[in-house]
Amino acid sequence: MTFDERPPVSQQTLTHLQRLEAESIHILREVVANADNPVMLYSVGKDSACMLHLAKKAFYPAPPPFPLLHVDTTWKFRAMYELRDKAAHDAGMELIIHQNPEALEQGINPFDHGSLHTDMWKTDGLKQALTKYNFDVAFGGARRDEEKSRAKERVFSFRSANHRWDPKNQRPELWKLYNTRKAKGESIRVFPLSNWTELDIWQYIHLEGIEIVPLYFSQPRPVVERGGLLLMVDDDRFPLAPGEVPQMRSIRFRTLGCYPLTGAVESTAATLPEVIQEMLLTTTSERQGRAIDHDQAASMEKKKQEGYF
Amino acid sequence: MTADLTPKSPAYVADRLIAEDIDAYLEQHQHKTMLRFITCGSVDDGKSTLIGRLLYDSKMIFEDQLASLEKDSKAVGTQGGDIDFALLVDGLAAEREQGITIDVAYRFFATDKRKFIVADTPGHEQYTRNMVTGASTADLAVILIDARQGVLTQTRRHSYLVHLLGIRNVVLAINKMDLVGYSQERFYEIVTDYSHFAQQIGMESFLPIPISGLKGDNIVAHSANMPWYQGPTLLAHLEEAPVNDARMQDYAFRMPVQWVNRPNLDFRGFAGQIGAGTIRPGDAIRVLPSGKTSTVKSIVTFDGDLDQAVAGQSVTLTFADEIDCSRGDVIVQADEPCEVADQFECTLVWMAEAEMLPGRPYLLKLGTQTVTASVTEPKYEINVNTLEHLAARTLGLNAIGVCNISTDRPIPFEAYTANPDLGGFILIDRITNATVAAGMIHFALRRSQNIHWQALEIDRQAHAAQKNQSPKVVWFTGLSGSGKSTIANLVEKKLYALGKHSFLLDGDNIRHGLNRDLGFTDADRVENIRRVGEVARLMADAGLIVLTAFISPFRSERRMVRELMPEGEFIEVFVNTPLAVAEARDVKGLYKKARAGALKNFTGIDSPYEPPEQAEIEVDTVSMTAEEAAERIVSYLLNR
Repeated sequence: MTFDERPPVSQQTLTHLQRLEAESIHILREVVANADNPVMLYSVGKDSACMLHLAKKAFYPAPPPFPLLHVDTTWKFRAMYELRDKAAHDAGMELIIHQNPEALEQGINPFDHGSLHTDMWKTDGLKQALTKYNFDVAFGGARRDEEKSRAKERVFSFRSANHRWDPKNQRPELWKLYNTRKAKGESIRVFPLSNWTELDIWQYIHLEGIEIVPLYFSQPRPVVERGGLLLMVDDDRFPLAPGEVPQMRSIRFRTLGCYPLTGAVESTAATLPEVIQEMLLTTTSERQGRAIDHDQAASMEKKKQEGYF
Repeated sequence: MTADLTPKSPAYVADRLIAEDIDAYLEQHQHKTMLRFITCGSVDDGKSTLIGRLLYDSKMIFEDQLASLEKDSKAVGTQGGDIDFALLVDGLAAEREQGITIDVAYRFFATDKRKFIVADTPGHEQYTRNMVTGASTADLAVILIDARQGVLTQTRRHSYLVHLLGIRNVVLAINKMDLVGYSQERFYEIVTDYSHFAQQIGMESFLPIPISGLKGDNIVAHSANMPWYQGPTLLAHLEEAPVNDARMQDYAFRMPVQWVNRPNLDFRGFAGQIGAGTIRPGDAIRVLPSGKTSTVKSIVTFDGDLDQAVAGQSVTLTFADEIDCSRGDVIVQADEPCEVADQFECTLVWMAEAEMLPGRPYLLKLGTQTVTASVTEPKYEINVNTLEHLAARTLGLNAIGVCNISTDRPIPFEAYTANPDLGGFILIDRITNATVAAGMIHFALRRSQNIHWQALEIDRQAHAAQKNQSPKVVWFTGLSGSGKSTIANLVEKKLYALGKHSFLLDGDNIRHGLNRDLGFTDADRVENIRRVGEVARLMADAGLIVLTAFISPFRSERRMVRELMPEGEFIEVFVNTPLAVAEARDVKGLYKKARAGALKNFTGIDSPYEPPEQAEIEVDTVSMTAEEAAERIVSYLLNR
């Protein structure tokens, strides 16, 4: 058989999801080809789920050649812990769980300690884990469309030896040429989903049949209302006011984090298409459900400089 | 002036399909394509307003964002308390206070047909770097002109950069038409003016559209204010313009290898993103630079093997034969390979505060290859405002010039205009790891293909064997007056007495002859050391033990010479004398002159000295006499 006799390859314009997928895979492979000890930060949310799925694709038929790291706060939803363990197992990857020992010892919690909860469990916890395991590159699931200051974040974000981010000292990224070089002690956060939007993520989950935490889908769950946020009472650590009784309401979550800090929305969307439908018809942006953002416009940027994503 | 917040066209109001048949909507939207574009213009051209308008009209702004926008508009807006779209696309806190954007920001919006990624870059002169970065990934450029101002210097600059980065699809958005009474005459005046300039820079075509970002004219729907304009609206054109990936499918197959996938002994796949062309199982391929050939056995993906793959896709290929192939190699169509060369002419855009040093080795990353490269003095620098060619000895931040570049080994490449994937590169500083330049290859220099090393019958081993010694380059480095020449002279005397064949290259005698055309700027110091290094290498090839005594203040250049030599033949001797001691000795009276300001760029005074990190030998001239130091060096050499 001569191949010249075959019909010519048909022109095909790649769809936006195919292009985004190809770009993310390219980024994942560049890191693995250059890094000494990479790790994927896995938060169990929908973005993490996408990122993990892309990693499986990038290195197939090998399993992704790096571990997953969950910086745990002990205050995540129970359903998140269940999916976390299953997803790591299904991917054939090592799962590293880090809990800040100081936060654990001091019993830091979102009810009594306010922003100290995020600072110690998440920001400090992440730094501790990266230092402890000597990871030089960490994949994160952040997207540029999430928040104004992220629109300028590089795909490869360099951190000093003490994990700080200097917005004035980041490298230009041209074409798809990423400069992955770093000095001893420096590390890089890499965001393979930089160019994805929330809608892209949902469409991709739908198209690829990616498993996500059931909390994204509506069902009757016990909630109380606090400071304008609908909070789910996920376990008996939730301090109820005298006489306060959680109500069963049909709710779901647009974003997942620590359950006492994550606001639910009332919804009847119980399937993925319905969730997407609701998202498209909705009139408030995704991050509104996070208590952390309400301070001031530049709050994310400050958190980022300190080492939080 | 009040911004009209009503979307002009029902087409971009949330699709009825979403509410009525979400499955059909999802099906439709899975077939969307993607276009990346860059917007260029100054703060006053209304660029941020235009982007804000596109985001708003395509329903990318949510109620809570709008609420915060209204609040911010009152506090820091420039529209007298009315909605200021520019604030939607503003970013980092420091920049917001200055009221300007100073980096590349990426924005996203989508219509029923396409997803768009907008690179938003500022138009200030000092930020050429940012615009080049944003343009490097763009399929299309929107160049904004204020209809009141017409074609300005910065319009020319933006257009030149867009053209330099190879963007073929250019929209000339003549903005603020509302402020010139929607005048057709004014529009054509600007178009005529711009045409002359476009021709001058070789831009083949552009599409002029009269718009008002603030009022929404000709953005989504045709403007009732400009019935004389019959062309597409801005958004309609963005939805139809061709994307680069599709165009690249028509070229011969190219795939830089990113990573070799070896999960077990039975599988060996080559992972990469296809840069050009198409590939199918059975296709004959060639691996460059080795030139080995094979055929494609399979195109492996997580979703199963593919019958074909096209430019833009990330895949893993397996071959029918076991041939060498690793990261940095390029897999190409067997009968249509790309060129392989080690010397090129290119355009460089300098992106670092530290100026370019001709002759200094930088890392060059092109595709997935990283090699060492050095750049010649620019043939000329280009004034981006006037397009004049200027004489230049170096390039500073945001300067653009044409240079020759040579790599330490041959690399597969293509001209940037033919294939940006194999023609675009970055230069990386080897010490700071900063990305210092972006480059675009024009062509390979002919001599790199035609000049071959003369194969010598009497080789360096023969030369060395005849002298019964192993060649070395003993490189003395240290401050002026540290004692380099004194110690080197003593070492040579001892070697001579031992019957060894040696030669001493000294800073002063070289500068009176071979290097008398060089001064003491950083660039000249680099060139000085490069020449000395090459001479030392030739002498070592002749079998000699070469002693060199040069301040050689920069680590990069000492490393460059080290890398010229075979492993173990370069011996770095750090003559470690504290500045205060050297200055107190001041044998030649130079420190006194330098302190008095009569001698510029003097190492240790107003020019830096970078001490070696891992010198083979370090001598401390405070605790050791010159004689003792020489003895130690000779015994080191004899024991090698």
